[in-house]
Amino acid sequence: MRNLVIEPTSKTPKVILNADLGIFEITGRSIPEDAIGFYRKVLDWIEEYSKNPLTDTTFKFQLEYFNTSSSKCLLDIFRKLERMHKNGHKVSIRWHYDADDEDMAETGQDYQALLDVPFELVPV
Amino acid sequence: MTYSYYKNMQLNNIIFVYQGEVTADLVSSILQMIENKLEGEGEDRKVKKRVFNVMVECLQNVYHHLDALPPTDPSNPIKDKTALLMIGREEKDYYIITGNHVLNDRIPDLKSRLDRINRATKEELKQLYQEVLTSGGFSEKGTAGLGMIDIARKSGQRLGYDFHPVNDRYSFFSLEARISRIVDK
Repeated sequence: MRNLVIEPTSKTPKVILNADLGIFEITGRSIPEDAIGFYRKVLDWIEEYSKNPLTDTTFKFQLEYFNTSSSKCLLDIFRKLERMHKNGHKVSIRWHYDADDEDMAETGQDYQALLDVPFELVPV
Repeated sequence: MTYSYYKNMQLNNIIFVYQGEVTADLVSSILQMIENKLEGEGEDRKVKKRVFNVMVECLQNVYHHLDALPPTDPSNPIKDKTALLMIGREEKDYYIITGNHVLNDRIPDLKSRLDRINRATKEELKQLYQEVLTSGGFSEKGTAGLGMIDIARKSGQRLGYDFHPVNDRYSFFSLEARISRIVDK
């Protein structure tokens, strides 16, 4: 399948979804007014990918800021990964955050509590 | 006249004020400007992040809600999507105030949501956040009340609010969020 790369802007993160190299990353800040519009392509890509994924998928998130409209879109992404996990694929989520940033750690814990998929908090 | 504006702003520790139409571009510019200002003045990183986060939610909240107003309504006291945005820095707190017109019909719902948020403990806010996040019926504008819960969580203080009656259909809604400048190390 085609790789998806979205360059970052002041309001949207960098996205790399590369099944050839096994790189799945969303990094930067995610504060668009229309988060649903931004994440549609990402969700579609993951949906397509989940039909025939690699033996091991590690998805990296490293967000500096995100707004509440992005938070629902992130949950939608996590749910898709959770479904892959439940279907027997090896999937893990790594939630990277600035070690000083308690709020971002707490948000990671919030998601961790809601999901049934390996979800690791990675202070950096 | 100018001097009295200046003195008044200084007295109230206002570092930024805007009155006018709120567009997505304007919100971006304000965020950029305040972020640079916080950066340049060497504010604590944690405080800076919280202020920025709360600012994003407050400004986008106004931006989204203004869209819901019919500007052509003859009883609408404003003819365009205007609002008030204000940021202040006191010795102990930053404060972010937004003001915009709302239809009176929306007041009971807004008020009950704000009261519920203000009554909630830290733990209850966390639960409420998760509840709203996982419930459906979110998408209309991608906001659905999560914004105010998030503002309250990041602020850690009660949200101030007021509905000032304008006419029989509209009121002026103001919301104030405070962020402490004192961080526990």
